[in-house]
Amino acid sequence: MSDAQRNLRVLVAKPGLDGHDRGAKVIARALRDAGMEVIYTGLRQTPEMVAEAALQEDVDVVGLSILSGAHMSLVPRILELLRANGQPEVKVFVGGIIPEDDIPLLKEMGVAGVFGPGASTETVIAAVREAVKRES
Amino acid sequence: MINPSSILSGDRRALARLLTQIENGAPEAESALAALFPHTGRAHLIGLTGAPGTGKSSLVNELTKTLRSQNHTVAILAIDPSSPFTGGAILGDRIRMRDLAGDPGVFIRSMASRGSSGGLARATADAIKALDAAGFEKILIETVGAGQAEVDIARAAHTVLVIEAPGLGDDVQAIKAGLLEIADVFVVNKADLPGAENAARALRASLDLAHPVARTWADDKMRGHHQPTFNSTPEPVKSEKDLTGLRWNPPILQTVALEGQGITEVVEALEQHRHHLHASGELKQREREGLAYELKTRLREALFAEMLTRLGNGKLNAVVERVLAREVDPASAARQLAKDW
Repeated sequence: MSDAQRNLRVLVAKPGLDGHDRGAKVIARALRDAGMEVIYTGLRQTPEMVAEAALQEDVDVVGLSILSGAHMSLVPRILELLRANGQPEVKVFVGGIIPEDDIPLLKEMGVAGVFGPGASTETVIAAVREAVKRES
Repeated sequence: MINPSSILSGDRRALARLLTQIENGAPEAESALAALFPHTGRAHLIGLTGAPGTGKSSLVNELTKTLRSQNHTVAILAIDPSSPFTGGAILGDRIRMRDLAGDPGVFIRSMASRGSSGGLARATADAIKALDAAGFEKILIETVGAGQAEVDIARAAHTVLVIEAPGLGDDVQAIKAGLLEIADVFVVNKADLPGAENAARALRASLDLAHPVARTWADDKMRGHHQPTFNSTPEPVKSEKDLTGLRWNPPILQTVALEGQGITEVVEALEQHRHHLHASGELKQREREGLAYELKTRLREALFAEMLTRLGNGKLNAVVERVLAREVDPASAARQLAKDW
């Protein structure tokens, strides 16, 4: 019942300067097909734009697609802004090209999950659902 | 419950959370809205509708930039359809509104239609109240012009802007869609494409075909709850600048939203329509109709809920069984139940 009443809201954003949004669109579509409401913001978002959209849209989850290699500077900035905006409970996922070594560092910062190019959409959907369930 | 005073003082986080509660039909939202209601009724509510791909979001982006340059604060409610199969939705209107990021005088919220049109109408009406109470001067409500949504918009908004684009079909399409009747301002967007002149001309021709009548909702007329505002003697069409005339003649404007062309004229037309509503007394009339409709809808829901509680499942199920056994027909059974609950 709670699922029908309260649709999960997810922001899918592409911070940084790379122009490839196919991955982000595939994820957005998969989450939609899993019954979630996906706010898609398009390319080249600054961390401020991502945090502002997360605030106005009151999302449960933020998914960041980063292929440029700038994740170690973009992700902490976004996490910091979410906290500053009073949204520390928002679950942040990162997808894209993320080197193995950076994954534990990102998780330490507070990222809920990291997905590389091989991750199936089922895995992503399950992880998103699980992360939000643990919270409520 | 969200503290109503935080909404009034411009707390964006509180506003966003209230909007979520409204969407979810949470009971807490009702008490917050009750406290906020005296602070509503100040914003200019502008509905925008049109077929997919006509450029609604781009136009909203440009209109907002112009409104901001005139120092108006702007809230945007962008409604996109939910999938009828999964209930999910992709809300992509922000893609076209990236110019508005970082401006504290703008608040953008995407809403999924979530299936039932009645539910959407209620959530939209309440979301507008929240944004109005939060002090935004202009509230732009954008819907996909398909189905019930645009009619709900016409009820909720003061000014309805209908967006067309060249090449979407002949003039009969425009009449069929029923958008002609709810439009206060027409915009033919993508006016740099071939066929824009034709689209504008077709709209003008369809408008002139129509017998101009003051807007009265058919269902209100039929139930006779309203004094009809029907004026049987059509006046000669006045110039579009004439604001003191009783009847508003919807202007047809051309824009190229992506280039920012023609936007000032649209903002001007919206402002003129607002003046017209004030000067003609139609604003009060529209507000009265809208609130009366909302009251009746909520009364129907409240009565129904109350009735179900009092009846209890047992009695209701017993009647269902009688209907199933063909002892009584559903209409008579319902009328009987409505009499002695």
